[in-house]
Amino acid sequence: MPDTPDTNNSEPAVYHHQADNLPAHGAHDDEVLTEAHAQAYWRANIRLLLTLLAVWFTVSYGFGILLVDWLNRFSLFGFKLGFWWAQQGSIYVFVILIFVYVVLIGRIDRRFGVDDDDTDNKQQGEQQ
Amino acid sequence: MTPQMLIYIVVALTFALYIGIAIWSRAGSTRDFYVAGAGVHPLTNGMATAADWMSAASFISIAGMIAFAGYDGSVYLMGWTGGYVLLALLLAPYLRKFGQYTVPDFIGERYYSSAARVVAVVCLIFICFTYVAGQMRGVGVVFSRFLEVEITTGVVIGMAVVFFYAVLGGMKGITYTQVAQYCVMICAYLTPAIFVSLLVTGNPAPQLGLAAEVQDGSGLRVLEKLDQALVDLGFAPYTDGSKSMIDMFTITLVLMAGTAGLPHVIVRFFTVPKVSDARKSAGYALVFIALLYTTAPALAAFARLNFIDTVNNTAYQQAPSWVKTWEDIGLIAWLDKNEDGRMQYAAGAPFEGAPEFATGRGEHGQKLVDNTPLDNANEVYVDRDIIMLASPEIANLPPWVLALVAAGALAAALSTAAGLLLVISTSISHDLLKKTLRPAINEKQELFYARIAAALAVCFAGYLGINPPGFVAQVIAFAFGLAAASLFPAIFLGIFVRNMNREGAIAGMLSGLLLTAGYIIYFKFINPTASTPDNWWLGISPEGIGSIGMVVNFAVAFSVSRFTAQPPEHVKALVDDVRIPSGAGVVHGH
Repeated sequence: MPDTPDTNNSEPAVYHHQADNLPAHGAHDDEVLTEAHAQAYWRANIRLLLTLLAVWFTVSYGFGILLVDWLNRFSLFGFKLGFWWAQQGSIYVFVILIFVYVVLIGRIDRRFGVDDDDTDNKQQGEQQ
Repeated sequence: MTPQMLIYIVVALTFALYIGIAIWSRAGSTRDFYVAGAGVHPLTNGMATAADWMSAASFISIAGMIAFAGYDGSVYLMGWTGGYVLLALLLAPYLRKFGQYTVPDFIGERYYSSAARVVAVVCLIFICFTYVAGQMRGVGVVFSRFLEVEITTGVVIGMAVVFFYAVLGGMKGITYTQVAQYCVMICAYLTPAIFVSLLVTGNPAPQLGLAAEVQDGSGLRVLEKLDQALVDLGFAPYTDGSKSMIDMFTITLVLMAGTAGLPHVIVRFFTVPKVSDARKSAGYALVFIALLYTTAPALAAFARLNFIDTVNNTAYQQAPSWVKTWEDIGLIAWLDKNEDGRMQYAAGAPFEGAPEFATGRGEHGQKLVDNTPLDNANEVYVDRDIIMLASPEIANLPPWVLALVAAGALAAALSTAAGLLLVISTSISHDLLKKTLRPAINEKQELFYARIAAALAVCFAGYLGINPPGFVAQVIAFAFGLAAASLFPAIFLGIFVRNMNREGAIAGMLSGLLLTAGYIIYFKFINPTASTPDNWWLGISPEGIGSIGMVVNFAVAFSVSRFTAQPPEHVKALVDDVRIPSGAGVVHGH
């Protein structure tokens, strides 16, 4: 059986504030996270998202569609470059983008003390 | 052992494996049934998501679609992979944090409205049934070609297997079955691709073989040779598009946003333990998907090249046996317009519509067609679906490869069908009954209703498979258009715009839906002959209109929300909570 321990643990998650010294005021839901702190985290997240989505847009809509005719004048290992971006390159970049996001947002989470590694759910996923 | 025997054995073994897994991992609670107890490892979930997502259409049709569309086929490659970037960055982690069971759940709670929930349920059921019909057709094609049984028998066997593990195992059973199905499917896809790549170019990696030199002494590379061969036959070059740029752009956008908004994909991310797992899981899923999606264009180019080589100007009587096998099923047809006994392949449709076969055979033994011939040199009708399924035969590969491909195609169809059926049954038992119509039912009753709904959905899907509506291909555009114009914006705004309110979201969803549905219905059903680039609005085809629907949805939602009351405080608190990753282990609200 792929049985896992029940996730219904009722321990509230503990937030660690490491990088910044904002005091841990009770905000909502009895949880310790000030509004300014949450907003700063969200802004950092949005900045990261915009950067990554700019890359996402460039490789697919940019290289694969809008600039395809111009790029097709160049050749890469026997591919017309625009065609390669449309049928191969963009897909590789998509994969890389998600993992870059996982690493960078993980850092931001830890910097703001909102990561989810401190709950005992951690071992659960790894047990299987 | 005959090749036919081998196919039976391989398919039977894989079916036994799926059923074995289903018994081993059956569901005990609604939580198990809906989200596999939210205890699935991100890697496991990634693999299951890949199997869930890659349908019979991906497995059987995508190589064929690219083979016959060339560069234009890129919309499917980019659209169906790029959507995962949106999913991983914009939706999955937040929805996991929200931590309930379904997409309508999120829309209903976030917009504090049963009406919004019901609109979402209707979209979801429509999208899922559209999809399921396509899967069952895939099952039918595979069974009739490879197992030589009636399509009806084939669909009934497929239904029985899906019924068994979806109804019994729920999400938990489906997850672990899908992992096995992914493995079968990807082996079945890569094996012929690697063989063909080796045969044509000597390079075992299809992704590189696509641009390598053809081993025929011509010194040309695969794509160069293909461009040349197609131009000689009167086609446009393979690497150039014929679709307009705006059409390419909008279709890609619809497919991406639609992918991110497809409920059966989103719900998979509710099954992992944590928010960070949901992000990783989307990454793993895309790795597993990319393995197939970067191979497909290579398989497509090789197959088109091989097809031209073996078919064009070949006397019908000397044609390889696969031509006749597929002709018997009606996916290839030959009309000897110039009566020279040879099959001329050229640009344009050979005759009007799909082949309607007359009784009896022609003088060369070919099946006769009744269709009105069109005035061009092309004599060969070929359905794009054969490109993948026939690739082992076109390249003369050993029989076990064919057996593997048959098992792989069935795995692709069954895994997606099961995922969709589960979403349908969940939204009926959970969103319609428990959350809207009969809130008094207890968990045991809810689970019972979920199983009943799954059983009914399987039967309905089977009916669609046996009596496929003629418009399946057309309504696929519908499924993505609707997901892109309704569900995706509603979820996105729910997370990223704190002040988005009920009125804005509902008005947005409805206007996006009406515009998209109206445009598609007009050009696909009411006036299909008018569906040409000249008549399209701004040159946008019905496949691409969902992106305009999405933009309209956003615009209407913002305008309406500005002039109506702000959402209540507890909803704003919900948004704040969803945005913070920590503390997702607890699924609340039940």
